[in-house]
Amino acid sequence: MNWESVIGLEVHLQLATRSKIFSGSATTFGAEPNTQASAVDLAMPGMLPVLNAEAVHYAVKFGLGIGAEIGKRSIFDRKNYFYPDSPKGYQISQFEAPIVGEGRFEISLPDGSTRSIGITRAHLEEDAGKSLHEDYHGQSGIDLNRAGTPLLEIVSEPDIRNATEAVAYLKALHSLVTYLEISDGNMAEGSMRCDINISLRAQGSTTLGTRAEIKNVNSFRFVEKAIQHEIERQADILEDGGTIVQETRLYDAERDETRPMRSKEVANDYRYFPEPDLLPVVIDDAYIADIQRTLPELPTTKRHRFAEVYGLSNYDANVLADTRPLADYFEVVVGACNDAKIAANWVQVELLGQLNREQTSLAQCPVPAADLGGLIARILDGSISGKIAKQVFEAMWQGEGSADAIIEARGLKQVSDSGALEGIITEVIAGHPEQVQQFLEADEGRRKKLTGFFVGQVMKASKGQANPQMVNELLAKKLV
Amino acid sequence: MTITQDDIEKIAELARIRISGEEIGEVTQRITEILQMVDTLQAADTSNIEPMANPLDATQQLRADEVTELNRRDDFLAIAPAVEDGLFLVPRVIE
Amino acid sequence: MHKHTVSQLSRGLREGKYSSVEVTRHYLQRIARLDERYNAFISVDEQAALAAAEAADARLASGDGAPLTGIPLAHKDIFCTQGLKTSCGSRMLDNFVPPYDATVIERFRSAGSVILGKTNMDEFAMGSSNESSYYGATHNPWNTGCVPGGSSGGSAAAVAALLAPAATGTDTGGSIRQPAAFCGITGLKPTYGRVSRLGMIAFASSLDQGGPMARSAEDCALLLNTMAGHDPRDSTSSDVPVEDYTAGLEKSLEGLRIGLPDAYFGEGLDSATGECIRLALKELEALGATLTAVSLPHSALTIPTYYIVAPAEASTNLSRYDGVRYGHRCADPADLHDLYTRTREEGFGDEVKRRILIGTYALSAGYYDAYYKKAQQARRLIRQDFLDCFQSVDIIAGPTTPGPAFALGAKDNDPVSMYLEDVYTLAVNLAGLPGMSLPAGFVQDKPVGLQLIGPHFGEGRLLNIAHRLQQATDWHTRTPADGENAA
Repeated sequence: MNWESVIGLEVHLQLATRSKIFSGSATTFGAEPNTQASAVDLAMPGMLPVLNAEAVHYAVKFGLGIGAEIGKRSIFDRKNYFYPDSPKGYQISQFEAPIVGEGRFEISLPDGSTRSIGITRAHLEEDAGKSLHEDYHGQSGIDLNRAGTPLLEIVSEPDIRNATEAVAYLKALHSLVTYLEISDGNMAEGSMRCDINISLRAQGSTTLGTRAEIKNVNSFRFVEKAIQHEIERQADILEDGGTIVQETRLYDAERDETRPMRSKEVANDYRYFPEPDLLPVVIDDAYIADIQRTLPELPTTKRHRFAEVYGLSNYDANVLADTRPLADYFEVVVGACNDAKIAANWVQVELLGQLNREQTSLAQCPVPAADLGGLIARILDGSISGKIAKQVFEAMWQGEGSADAIIEARGLKQVSDSGALEGIITEVIAGHPEQVQQFLEADEGRRKKLTGFFVGQVMKASKGQANPQMVNELLAKKLV
Repeated sequence: MTITQDDIEKIAELARIRISGEEIGEVTQRITEILQMVDTLQAADTSNIEPMANPLDATQQLRADEVTELNRRDDFLAIAPAVEDGLFLVPRVIE
Repeated sequence: MHKHTVSQLSRGLREGKYSSVEVTRHYLQRIARLDERYNAFISVDEQAALAAAEAADARLASGDGAPLTGIPLAHKDIFCTQGLKTSCGSRMLDNFVPPYDATVIERFRSAGSVILGKTNMDEFAMGSSNESSYYGATHNPWNTGCVPGGSSGGSAAAVAALLAPAATGTDTGGSIRQPAAFCGITGLKPTYGRVSRLGMIAFASSLDQGGPMARSAEDCALLLNTMAGHDPRDSTSSDVPVEDYTAGLEKSLEGLRIGLPDAYFGEGLDSATGECIRLALKELEALGATLTAVSLPHSALTIPTYYIVAPAEASTNLSRYDGVRYGHRCADPADLHDLYTRTREEGFGDEVKRRILIGTYALSAGYYDAYYKKAQQARRLIRQDFLDCFQSVDIIAGPTTPGPAFALGAKDNDPVSMYLEDVYTLAVNLAGLPGMSLPAGFVQDKPVGLQLIGPHFGEGRLLNIAHRLQQATDWHTRTPADGENAA
């Protein structure tokens, strides 16, 4: 049978606040265990939560970014369960009245097409601590530094149909939240973690099958693999006439498989109820309008603008609009050279290639965007050839200065002086009598090819600095 | 609403409180009495009444996003039952 | 010296009649000699108390003293005190020495007052008799065979027995007012949010409120001046400006309208107690007040509502006691589940366990709407009754309790009858109102308490009324015989 998979994602996004959601502890990643765990984070007796204004601000920003209804009166609830990384014995989350309601946003797929994915809701909650399973005499160690880090849990509609779409969704989400500057989006540090709800149904069916939840998958690649494996696993069971058990599973990256989580076997009754230590969060229209005003241009809008205004392909527009720094960089380059297509090409091939080779990021890039634009301008005005430009770019990367300075210092300016070129051409012709003879005897088609040989020789003799167009013109005259 | 010994065991498990075999009967009895008293509330008409979470109907005040807590790990670990390498120790956690 | 009120001691200290060290030492000696009879204190740190007294003396000498500088106070063992054990009356926290102060304690420390010790209480403030304390019951100084009330029974007994000039308490359903009534002292539960709950160990978050317990309304006003105020670290703390509660004490009661709810004078009220209350009300009439009958149509909902809301909140507030980061931990846990269940079995007493179980039940799947949500709706009706009353009267008055202190052990194994003891006090917490209890005579040589209930943030008016009544009467000046001081 043909199965259709129905996938919904719950993304836990760490918000980039300085302090925790309910306490004044730092949220810096990688600190010594329990050095960023205050009395509030440790749930010491009598301690109380106070809500971080920035967490609210970021959540609203996200809501506006996906065109969602903002919860004007959102409520925090206690989600009760015992676990050593949850010091209060409950997690403060939002259940019935989340801060962000329904929204939707567009994802672009590798084939250049786009899809719109619904967002059910997004709510604020606190992160848990970490259990370290290294052996402490048969015991586990608990580090509560992460406990209380603000999370925005973003719940998608079950609109996703396969692993590729899931990854595209996560990439689009990553792009959005980094545009909004509400999260550092650092997957390796767990800033974006994903729970996957997945079920299968017969192609064409409209009812939902029993789903499994795969917890805590934290890279794009693992999401892809976990989904692929889970689809296979469920399809195998269904093909054999079995039924899917609703359960929570864990993706084991090392063994590349999903398996049931043992700790969650007992059906939990979370006993949600409004957190009495916090009051309803009331957001007024002026607050929302203020944030709306400061919202940057978002990836989807930017993508469309790049395609329309600059005439870029969907693919190029996607790559260049992926992150705000790259998009900004690209636009400065365009501004300095006035040719979007060449700029797009240079940014994607030379700049990103070089960043990739050097394993560095745009933030560390030694070539300012305006300078790259300046370099491209020199190609466009014929001062240098594309080939020489690559040399100049290398030198710029080494910090030798602007394109003009390097061209000047190294004498790389294209030779466009017809007197000088004529001299070189005369020498080349004199040095290759055999080829000249062949040329004179050849037909029109073969002449073209032989011209190429002479151009190459001239370029070689001029160390690449001869203006190719002029060389062609002069050769055409001299060879007849 | 009647509550059985079985119900009490389930609740006790949710609340992570061990109740010994000899106590469970007594505990069930007492809780039954209390729930009978509490159940008189069921007769009240509360339709269309907004639940009251806070007696002043106050709303949440927000805290500026500033780091105000210093590292006091030593003070906290000093009063913990089992610690090592700056961590709280618990019997093995299985995921 | 121990017969002095706080305001008298405050004057004496500032006039240099005695030093804080002398006053503090005097009380410490009384505690050492007499507390065996009452078991009012769980912890006393003499050295720290004397060191604080010395510092207070220096401050007084430099002319920088505040009204409470040098005054020794007892604190309910529910307020976290840095460096001094804070047990909340529980085995669970028998070894807990907080590395921080509650906001209330911080405020008293910066006012220069001295911590005499921490007072006994019902475990996690759950009780009306102080019998659920892990440290044994406290005895009522008026009759040591009787309970002092609870849960702030240790504070009430300490003040009544003159082991401390004043104390702090907390009130979730009557825990300041009921023991104040039983012990013949004056106690005030402020408006919800008036006193910070930070560092005050939570029982039921939306009901808990700290307040003063003393021998006069004037002393309560002095203490409340220090305790009250907005705390940015408690989200439920109110930012309504705080008045000077001593400033309005002398205001005339002419024209004061007092509402008497029929529900507080009906069946269940001990007739002799009722007589005392009527007498006290006559005194208020003589001072210019008028008495009107009012009705609280939803008062029958009070007890069931309270016994859902309070246990529900408590059941999750007490989840943090898991043997991982502080407090009791069972020996040799076999696994995580064993660590939790045995730690909590051993660490909590019967009443606390009962309330956790009831609360867990009330919040569990399928019951939330019928219990917790319904109770929160009923709460709004109960509050509205009071708000309606305050349209036509300034305050509401009635008995604090149905009768005087009952015998120790009288309500063992009968939690429901214990719960009914709080029938007149619970609604005040559900509605978040200020309420106070003040001495209003005696029944069988045991004190009776008059309860005054005001509108939100009306504690100043309550203190004013109580103060004027205390100027006209002498019930609050009576003290129990303690073998050393004939009454």
